[in-house]
Amino acid sequence: MLHIKCPHCGMRSQNEFSYGGDATVKRPELNKEISDQDWDNFVYYRKSLRGKHKELWQHISGCRQWIKVERDTATHEIFKTVKAHEDI
Amino acid sequence: MTQNYRLDKIGLINRDKKLSFKFNGKNYFGYEGDTLASALLANGVHLIGRSFKYHRPRGFFGAGVDEPYAIVQLYRNNETEPNVKTTEQELFEGLEATSVNCWPSVNFDIGAINNFLKVFLPAGFYYKTFMWPKSFWYKVYEPIIRKAAGLGVASTKHDKERYEHKYEYCDLLIAGSGPSGLASAYAAAKNGARVILAEDKPRFGGTLLTSEVNIGNQTGKEWAENIISELKEMPNVIVKNRSQVFGYYDHNMLVMSEKLSDHLPKTKKYNPKQRLWYIRAKEVLISSGSIERPLVFGNNDTPGVMLSSAAKEYLKVYGVLVGKKPLIFTNNDSGYETAIEFKKNGIEPVILDTRKEPNSEIIEEAKNLGIQIKFSYVVVAAKGYKKVNAAEIAKISDNKNDLGTLENITCDCICVSGFWTPTIHLASQSGNKTKFDKDIDAFVPGVSKQSETTLGAANGTFTLAETLKDSFNAGYELSKKITKNDNKISHPTVVEKNKTTHDKFWCVPLPKGKNYKRFLDFQNDVAVSDIEIALKEGYRSIEHVKRYTTLGMATDQGKTSNLNGLQLVSNIENKIVPEVGHTTFRPPYTPVTIGAIVGREVGKHSRPTRKSPMHSWHEKNNAVFVDAGVWLRPRYYKIGEETLFEGSKREAKNVRANVGVCDVTTLGKIDIKGPDAAELLNRVYTNAWLKLPVGKARYGVMLREDGIVMDDGTTTRISENHYHMTTTTAQAANVLSHLEYYLQLVWPELNVNVVSTTEQWAGAAIAGPKSRNLLQKLFPNIDASTEGLPFMGYIEADLFGVHARIFRISFSGELAYEVNVESDNGNFMWEKIMEVGQEFKIQPYGTEALSTLRIEMGHIAGSELDGRTIPYDNSLEGLVSKKKDFIGKRSLDREAFIADDRQKVVGVVPIDKKTSIPEGSHLVKDAMAPIPNPKLGYISASCWSVEYDNPFSLAILKDGKNMIGQKLFAMSPLKNKTIPVEIVSSHYVDPKGERVRS
Repeated sequence: MLHIKCPHCGMRSQNEFSYGGDATVKRPELNKEISDQDWDNFVYYRKSLRGKHKELWQHISGCRQWIKVERDTATHEIFKTVKAHEDI
Repeated sequence: MTQNYRLDKIGLINRDKKLSFKFNGKNYFGYEGDTLASALLANGVHLIGRSFKYHRPRGFFGAGVDEPYAIVQLYRNNETEPNVKTTEQELFEGLEATSVNCWPSVNFDIGAINNFLKVFLPAGFYYKTFMWPKSFWYKVYEPIIRKAAGLGVASTKHDKERYEHKYEYCDLLIAGSGPSGLASAYAAAKNGARVILAEDKPRFGGTLLTSEVNIGNQTGKEWAENIISELKEMPNVIVKNRSQVFGYYDHNMLVMSEKLSDHLPKTKKYNPKQRLWYIRAKEVLISSGSIERPLVFGNNDTPGVMLSSAAKEYLKVYGVLVGKKPLIFTNNDSGYETAIEFKKNGIEPVILDTRKEPNSEIIEEAKNLGIQIKFSYVVVAAKGYKKVNAAEIAKISDNKNDLGTLENITCDCICVSGFWTPTIHLASQSGNKTKFDKDIDAFVPGVSKQSETTLGAANGTFTLAETLKDSFNAGYELSKKITKNDNKISHPTVVEKNKTTHDKFWCVPLPKGKNYKRFLDFQNDVAVSDIEIALKEGYRSIEHVKRYTTLGMATDQGKTSNLNGLQLVSNIENKIVPEVGHTTFRPPYTPVTIGAIVGREVGKHSRPTRKSPMHSWHEKNNAVFVDAGVWLRPRYYKIGEETLFEGSKREAKNVRANVGVCDVTTLGKIDIKGPDAAELLNRVYTNAWLKLPVGKARYGVMLREDGIVMDDGTTTRISENHYHMTTTTAQAANVLSHLEYYLQLVWPELNVNVVSTTEQWAGAAIAGPKSRNLLQKLFPNIDASTEGLPFMGYIEADLFGVHARIFRISFSGELAYEVNVESDNGNFMWEKIMEVGQEFKIQPYGTEALSTLRIEMGHIAGSELDGRTIPYDNSLEGLVSKKKDFIGKRSLDREAFIADDRQKVVGVVPIDKKTSIPEGSHLVKDAMAPIPNPKLGYISASCWSVEYDNPFSLAILKDGKNMIGQKLFAMSPLKNKTIPVEIVSSHYVDPKGERVRS
């Protein structure tokens, strides 16, 4: 079980969080024309990285804040965690 | 009965407490402090079971967790547990055990015929033989193989024992209480660190209990006892025996199973049987020791052949002789310690040492004691079937290839020592890159990945002086790092006998003309010849060899066999062991009871049960409950002997005819506040929200980005910047997370707060033609007319002194209202509704009637919003805004979603108007078409229409909009039913929706 530092609450066990996928995906702006390909890339296509991965987690059984985590997908090492609005 | 193999004056057992037990129906006695193994050995019992494949007789091989043979079916307090290691199971009064893997009895086992068929049962036998014909595998081969194989039998009864989970944090977790564990724990604890010291055995001390050493001016055993009693008194230390740290997971999370009651005849009241500890440690010290390696020779699986360290432990801890004419077969000095213990207790051992002229203090001592030692000698084969009665021995050439003349020597046990294998499982599980140590012919921990340090024998350090020095130091340094204290304990001086190097020889060659089975893996009957075959057949990777031959599998996971297997592979392949590599060590280190893993999360405890504030009223009024997500909801309120069908029909009819009341507290509720609340709703829902006036509710559907419907519900504008959202019971948590995601990450500029209020409000839906009259009577001060409170209207009012929210919304399709009050007033509200409703013939209705009402109205719910449907499929086109953008809108343009023959929700009526259609049935054009019959759609929900008094279902049907009037078949292979049906509109009752607006 991972040990994740919530930037709001401190070190907590993984079972307080839920995983939210790639943190680098940007939702296309509303009311903007977008090609099928770009939309598909946003909705479906994700890289399956080995190594450092920037990802979202929500501290669901804690402060309910979404946070950004940089984690190594192979070793589970966590390098950094930041608040939702901060860059990682 | 006397215990013929028990000594009088030696051992740590309590001779004042005699315990009776049964093995295979026969009565025996042992003492408190015995294991089942030591008690059986004290009684001279060596035949415990039969082996897995050849059903050869099995005895005892070890004295602890490494035991491959001696596993039994245990009976305790009317329960049974399979595959219990006799070497770990402590004796208790009334213990009963039976052999596993033999039929009809351990003495006469029919399966033993496999032993004579062994030439036909080589490695991979099952894979090769039972391949054809394919259909035979499930019906014929597998059932027979499963019956013949397998170890113990799991109980099919519900496990009544209690298992607990515990979470703990510490500075240092120390696994193993041998010399290194004790020393490091003591040094760290004295330096102020929070320490957990875990020992899997009942007694602390590890090898100090059996070795002849002095630490300071005490014996090793006294020193261990003193350290432990001091540690137990320290407030910063948790000391646990019978506790196995079995798994090392990410971020220094370790899991330990503590057996609190397995050694007792019965678990004490209020006590758990076992406790699973989840421990997050800043630093982990692995002091798990080492396991003696077997030497490999002919028939080395015969009962009576065992590890020399085990023989010593039986003697020194339990006062038990494993034999009275022992033969010690060793390639290192450890065998001498065992021989010396035998000699001191009046037994005459013979030592066969594979080495030519070794010299050390301990060998000198053995010589001085007059023990007979034969150097350059090996055991070629054990003799005897159910028990060793002799050994075939021979001199071996210096190059270890040639055997001299075979000689026979009488003996009743053969104690083997092939040197030591460090127990590196935990280190390896942590991600440590293990390395091969040529000096000890074994893997030891290398570079750590997590905060872990391995000490003592587990690290390949086999002298006590060095172990203590390292361990005191590690405990001090690591604790200093954490506590910043600097309180150093000086380590004591040690007196131990020096030892000399071991012999790398471990596998005795076969004499000419003999084909003795030489076993590597005792639990799975894997012999040297099996590995040879696997390699001949082209298996190279050690992982493949393991799976093909089953080497190192099953309950002991190859604790005694892995390394010899590796050595053999590397010998044959002409490689060195590190090139072959070892198989992956995975948790658990040793079998863990499933109950302990599950903990308290069984039955109703598997997740919290949520009850509405009206729950006790429902109970008192004969509600039959159903699980709805985590909630318990009334399914129907039973009158007399009513069935579910009869009761729900009565309730639904009463809603259509009079008025009913339904507990809707479970609906998800989200309070939304802020100046941008309307904008958020406008982006989240598919329809327009910017112009919803205060005091009005609106139905909305929200999508995922992929266009699939996520949830539906009504949201009401309570005031200018305040909305009340409802979600389905099941999706409540997901919807909240969904909103938070967009607010926190995607559109942080929106000034909105969302919070769950599901549990803050109790809700009652009152539905039916007389609901307005009832509402007016409940709230005399409001104008309940359609003008005063129109469809989708909202007002707040006073319910006999209690603040209430009234929503005119309907799920049943009838004129209906939902009344919400604060949860604490829920029961009051409910009782008032029932009381005032008497004159309107009110009846409560449950989820079954609720479903009936919504299905025949064609209102969609969870069974249609099943994560596969888009708004169009559910005839919700009218709710999809063309003008504005919203979550998931872009996906609705996808080709498949706008296809002409896109699926759509429809109504389904059986032609005979009698036969109910099972939910999940498939709709097909031709009932007789060959399988796979093309599926056009499926039944999502079924009910008995109370309006028309015939069955009615909803279905998701391909090209649904053009299928109305078509005749199809509903097929349910599960229920073995084929029902001719007609497709009708999904809005079966009141298609224009006049009632809700009346």
